[in-house]
Amino acid sequence: MNQNQNKLKASVTLLRIFIGWHFLFEGVVKMYNPEWTSFGYLATAQGPFEWFFTMLIGDATIGWVDTLNIIALMVVGVTFTLGIFERIGAIVGIGLLALYFFAHPPFPGLTQMNVEGNYWFVNKNLIELVACIVIYQLPTGAYFGLDYLRKNKLKIQEQ
Amino acid sequence: MKWTRRDLLIGLGGLPILGAVWWAGAATSVGSRKKRSEILEQLNIKPSLPPAVPGIGGDPVRIGVIGFGIRGEQLTRALGFATDEWKEEMRLAAEEDPNNKRLEDFEAQERLNVKLVGICDVFDVRAEKFINSFSTDDNKIKRYLTYKDMIQSGEVDAVVIATPDHWHAPMSIEALNNNVHVYVEKPMTHTVAETYTLRDAAENSDAVFAVGHQHRQTLSFSTARDIVDKGTLGHVSLIQTNTNRNDDNGAWNYDIHEKASPETIDWEQFLGSAPQVPFNKNHFFRWRKWWSYGSGLSGDLLSHDYDRLNCVLNMGIPASVISSGGIYTHNDGRNVPDVIQVNMEFPDFSTGSSQAKGKENGMTFCYSATLGNGFSRPTILMGHDATMELGNRLTVWPDGASTRYSEMLEAEKMRPNVPIYQYDPAANATDAVSSATSQYFADKGLMWTYIDGVRVDSTFLHMREWLSVIKNGGKVSCGIREGFEEAISAHMAGLSWKLGRKIEWDPAAQALKPIEGVDFDKVLLANENWNIQPEMVG
Repeated sequence: MNQNQNKLKASVTLLRIFIGWHFLFEGVVKMYNPEWTSFGYLATAQGPFEWFFTMLIGDATIGWVDTLNIIALMVVGVTFTLGIFERIGAIVGIGLLALYFFAHPPFPGLTQMNVEGNYWFVNKNLIELVACIVIYQLPTGAYFGLDYLRKNKLKIQEQ
Repeated sequence: MKWTRRDLLIGLGGLPILGAVWWAGAATSVGSRKKRSEILEQLNIKPSLPPAVPGIGGDPVRIGVIGFGIRGEQLTRALGFATDEWKEEMRLAAEEDPNNKRLEDFEAQERLNVKLVGICDVFDVRAEKFINSFSTDDNKIKRYLTYKDMIQSGEVDAVVIATPDHWHAPMSIEALNNNVHVYVEKPMTHTVAETYTLRDAAENSDAVFAVGHQHRQTLSFSTARDIVDKGTLGHVSLIQTNTNRNDDNGAWNYDIHEKASPETIDWEQFLGSAPQVPFNKNHFFRWRKWWSYGSGLSGDLLSHDYDRLNCVLNMGIPASVISSGGIYTHNDGRNVPDVIQVNMEFPDFSTGSSQAKGKENGMTFCYSATLGNGFSRPTILMGHDATMELGNRLTVWPDGASTRYSEMLEAEKMRPNVPIYQYDPAANATDAVSSATSQYFADKGLMWTYIDGVRVDSTFLHMREWLSVIKNGGKVSCGIREGFEEAISAHMAGLSWKLGRKIEWDPAAQALKPIEGVDFDKVLLANENWNIQPEMVG
């Protein structure tokens, strides 16, 4: 049982680090490119929430949307790779991925733009979103990550 | 409190990952940005802003419209006047499709200092529509029964001519001789001889003469000029332009109005110099299908493509033209071709060379058109160093064997299939939503935008420029010189198709090289199959 627990923790830790890796890289690339904007992605949004996404591309809002997107990506990236406050990171990640999913949902009848595969309702954004739910349910920062030091410190103080 | 090495390994194990990913992300981003700015610095292309024209001050320009058909209505809208019928149609269209912004665009259009004072249209219904739509209590619009009445009335300062082609020159000449300003649709003339007469009239008149090639106002075209001037493309040896249409409207089979009859149409005036045939609705509404009134693909659509390139390259009249084609898609009694290929030769023209002096010289302009297929073939300028797609957007790709970019290609700072420059004046305008495609993402890295990008009708800009020159002096972007070149080139293409032989231009004599036994204008006006074939579309 204990061995199985360890295997599970190790697997989820790997999942957490890779998702963090993915988010962090996306965030950093955008942060270091001042010309990057989510305008095109939002302007071409489709599906039932198209009105919401096209609302975000106004002159007054687009700058905020871009900055918040980068911050959110970095929050997920940093908390997941370092293994601390990962439940907060997981919630941010779930929110962000839900937005990406609904901006370009893989629903039948909609044109799939800039995708490398074929999808029907479920795409990689949705799968990554579910993976974030797993991370939320099974925090592993105390197993491998900064949380280990924080928890241990508490333990030391308790002793 | 003491941590063992094991504690630190477990606790801080994520840090090197974070560091590595951060470094890789930053390096990727900064690296590609550096590469891009290096390319852009080398290209040094200046995206053009819309031309600023001096205001149209003083009393409003009094305008008379001659011809209020499809194009006449469009031109009148560019002047700021839309019929109630059109507004209602557009309101319904916008309700159906929120991306249809035509009414919104029209209403946002800057007001021009003009006054519509007269209409001349041989079809009562159109003349009445004009008056009903635009006549007000303080500005009663007058209907003139002939263009001469209008021009000689002393009540119009300027005329807008949107009639069948065979009327363009006679009306323009009459107006210019009376010092009335002219905005005439393309092609400028219907015959070779007229082209010279009109040039003389324009040169001897105090009035401002403009030809309706509105694309000269399109921002991407002025940017394209800068791209070519900077030698970005190297020596352009081939230009490919096209027309691809596959619908009745595109094949000039326009609607025939239910009220059309010899009672409502002044048939004799419509015919003018054309062969005297009995009243024929098909001819009246679909005049573009016969040489008597129209000029076929060469005058109707090639003239656009030719001038589009002439405004970028300023290549002038071709040394020779060969055309071929036929009536292959709409055998409905028309006698103008519906499929045509025109090759124009410019043996002494060059856009500049990056190779040994004298190695590159000369260019072919190829126009390929069909009215039986709608696949969109873009306009392409093919240079030794790069290829440019020319449209409302511009895209430039380096050529794999380019001399100018060889170092950058070798260093993989450029790749033949990756654009080095893209220009899209509408990219940041919300209007562009409907046209934004996945291409947007792929190419956005090298894209320039016109930041305050508001979609503006280029015909509006073209007319505004004409009106500004009327009031303030200066030069219109498509005047008599440009119109002359366009008309002669189009006539050469039509003549070549009709004669099945090469037509040559003698630049020293400023005339077509004569062909023994051939009267060019008789050939241009000749109507093979005239009244012989039954008209299948009615």
